[in-house]
Amino acid sequence: MKSSWKRSKKVMKMSDEEISNELTEIGEIIIQKVRENEVPSVQIPSRTTSNIVYDENLECYVLGGKRTERSAGNIRHVKRLAQMLKVASFCKNELMGTERHVTKRELYYISESWGDKLKFKTQDRSDDLVEDIEAMIGKPREDLKINPKAKGSIYGDMTLKFKNPKGETMAVNCLDSADGQSIGPRTCEADIIECNADKVLAIETDGMYNRLMEENAHEKFNAILVNLGGQATRATRRIIKRINEIKDIPTYIFTDSDPWGLHIAMVIIAGSAKSAHINERLATPDAQWLGVTASDIADYKLRSDELREVDLKRVDELKNDPRYTKNDRLVQELEKWEELGRKSEQQALMRYGFEYVVDEYLPAKLKELGAPGF
Amino acid sequence: MPGKTAEEMALDQKEISVAEFFEKNRHLLGFDNPAKALITVVKEGVDNALDACEEAGKLPHLKINIDDLGENKYEITLKDNGPGIVKEQMPSIFGKLLYGSKFHSRRQSRGQQGIGISASVLYAQLTTGRPAIITSRTDENSITKRFKLKIDTINNEPEILHEEELDDGFEPGTEIKIVVEGKYLQRYHSVDEYLKQTAIANPYAHIEYSNPEGENFDFRRAIHELPPEPQEIKPHPYGVELGVLSRMLKGTESNKVLSFLQNEFTRIGRTSGEEICRLAEVDPDKKPKNLKHNEQERLLNAMQKVKIQRPPTNCLSPISEELIKNGLAKEIDAEFITATSRDPEVYRGNPFQVSCGIAYGGELEERETEKVTIMRYANKVPLLYQSSSCAITKALEKTDWKRYGLNQPGSNGIPKGPAVIFVHLCSTWVPFTSESKESIARYPKIVKEVKLALQESARDLRRHLSRKRKGKKEKRRKKIFSNYMPLVLENAVELAGDGQELTIEPIMKRVIDEKLVEEVEEGDEDE
Repeated sequence: MKSSWKRSKKVMKMSDEEISNELTEIGEIIIQKVRENEVPSVQIPSRTTSNIVYDENLECYVLGGKRTERSAGNIRHVKRLAQMLKVASFCKNELMGTERHVTKRELYYISESWGDKLKFKTQDRSDDLVEDIEAMIGKPREDLKINPKAKGSIYGDMTLKFKNPKGETMAVNCLDSADGQSIGPRTCEADIIECNADKVLAIETDGMYNRLMEENAHEKFNAILVNLGGQATRATRRIIKRINEIKDIPTYIFTDSDPWGLHIAMVIIAGSAKSAHINERLATPDAQWLGVTASDIADYKLRSDELREVDLKRVDELKNDPRYTKNDRLVQELEKWEELGRKSEQQALMRYGFEYVVDEYLPAKLKELGAPGF
Repeated sequence: MPGKTAEEMALDQKEISVAEFFEKNRHLLGFDNPAKALITVVKEGVDNALDACEEAGKLPHLKINIDDLGENKYEITLKDNGPGIVKEQMPSIFGKLLYGSKFHSRRQSRGQQGIGISASVLYAQLTTGRPAIITSRTDENSITKRFKLKIDTINNEPEILHEEELDDGFEPGTEIKIVVEGKYLQRYHSVDEYLKQTAIANPYAHIEYSNPEGENFDFRRAIHELPPEPQEIKPHPYGVELGVLSRMLKGTESNKVLSFLQNEFTRIGRTSGEEICRLAEVDPDKKPKNLKHNEQERLLNAMQKVKIQRPPTNCLSPISEELIKNGLAKEIDAEFITATSRDPEVYRGNPFQVSCGIAYGGELEERETEKVTIMRYANKVPLLYQSSSCAITKALEKTDWKRYGLNQPGSNGIPKGPAVIFVHLCSTWVPFTSESKESIARYPKIVKEVKLALQESARDLRRHLSRKRKGKKEKRRKKIFSNYMPLVLENAVELAGDGQELTIEPIMKRVIDEKLVEEVEEGDEDE
């Protein structure tokens, strides 16, 4: 097993008090400048593409050192600065220390109550400011209690402790819910008080997730099953990372056999460019892509479709992406798709019956990757 | 069937009287449809009245009344405060076509072609059968005379139905009352619009008007002084045509070519006359009548080559910049008004002069997306019809208005925007495209002058718009800072829970006044 499991503060959720202090600091910077009779301004890590760099050590995209100044003396900044302070103040005074969370969409509508001058014209303006604040304090908006979408779910023998919306502390075992525990703002930051599994298996599609639940895969493989439901949300990525680091168990990602499936895995492994300012808290560099690989299409004689032009274009893009270039195995897979000109879905394995995927395919794959217990 | 002989044909041919000709060709004189006819009647009357007042040195005061009599009949009454008409001439002026002294004159006047008011009388007679009633009094000490008359169309002679003398305190001046078939319209092609435009171009005239719907208009004077009266002049050598020159050579009383040149043309003196003869290789002492065709041609060419002063301008009565500005300002509540007056130029030996004006914004603002309103004038008379064939319209279309801040889709054509564009051309002989005098022929020289005048005014407009934009930008900038800088502090205080005692006013004032931070153009202004 790899020895590089990192245990760090990165997996710890900041307390409301710590976040409050971070936000207060932004206000203090402004107050200080006004006291010194200077034009108030703040420095914000730049999120433009030129400042998004691939960090070889962290194995994910991070923001470079470039910062931009947002100044009250600039006609093009002053409104956004006022709005940013309002959002920060709202998070600190209305959300911190409470059990309330808001969605980005709610925040946009809440701004209506701030008056004509401060309200947001469109949601992308408020979304953008939230990302600015994330970048400034270096924390994801979940910590500000601005929620990502709840999409994924988790199933397996693991007990989570969190506060329910009423503020009552409760513990839930992820096997206690018929369809798995859904991954929302509270779940993704829950305390993991017990976990008897020795691996995490993340699955791209609902269909395959259901199949594995029904075929008892969690018991057979001693695994936690995670339903990604396509591209993983930040909350899902967050809990995958936290289990990986806190429990020190490996993660395997099971997707369709096409460049899109592979990239779903890659975003879990190395983060996305858009979340570069908080990738350190979302990426799971040790996670591994299990398949369905390009080679599997031929090896397992899977039913396949022709790669369309957009698929091939995507293959090309990925071949030039720094997240892939240093991984020979993945580059080879990309080339294999090109060579075959075919793609397949996870469910293509169903041609061999219900049990095949748990009895034959996954054991072979897990063995190949050196998973615990194989 | 054998053809007729010339003799037989001659039996069928007879002289057609002018009146008969008119009867068959009324469209040539502006009576082609009922709506236009109503305007033409008013126009002929107003032209005459204004010319008469100005000639007599009186500030014009016109009272116009149009009554709707039903069944498409309208009674038009037009009264002026002019010099009046002596009894002997009254029947001829109103009851005989082509009577008058203006046709052969090289002096600027409104009713240049002199078909004038008698055509209206004839039109009334043809459409309603009603005679014209003319009343005139020359001054306080003379008697008021009234004629009821028609036109004998076969002989082109007035036919007096009734005549009387009145002593009821008729104010000196002339009044004409006629009943015509017509149609009253509003908007662009209307008597209302015609009189409004007349009032703008003649701001020293006071025009009272009551339209068929009973609405009263009072176009008051903005200026209480008449412009100088135009003088009669001889032709200018530039642009004279061979036929004209040839006729002049035959008709002259001068015995020598040199004296012919000096006497019959304006701006030719002894020196320039001699130079013309030398250049033309024509003997200056030769008798004008004896010049051969090729000598006439050489003379004409030489006349164009020798440098000769521009024609005198006292034969023209241009509308000065001041007058245009006053005229536009009194009828249009605009935010900006400018005017330009060009120096006189010559086309075909006729001096002409162009002036123009632009009114922008203000009450016109609501017409932001419409085409600009064009007011065309020739010798102070508004031209309402045949805009598309007119030299003024052509020059306007050829001007690049985008450069000057008006919207002009496709970079040519009539621009769009909240503007009125006023263009006046005056000349001793305006080259109308037809007898109805509605459109100026597109002589390149005229089009060019109009364009130059428009460009000059347009430059003023551009300056105004750029000042306005700058002011607007400055105002907006100030508003944004004063809106948001206090909110920056307010929310920082709310966020930090500190600094409640602070105020941002002094910093804000500095930012607004001194532009402390470089304001880059990139980025999102969010407004």
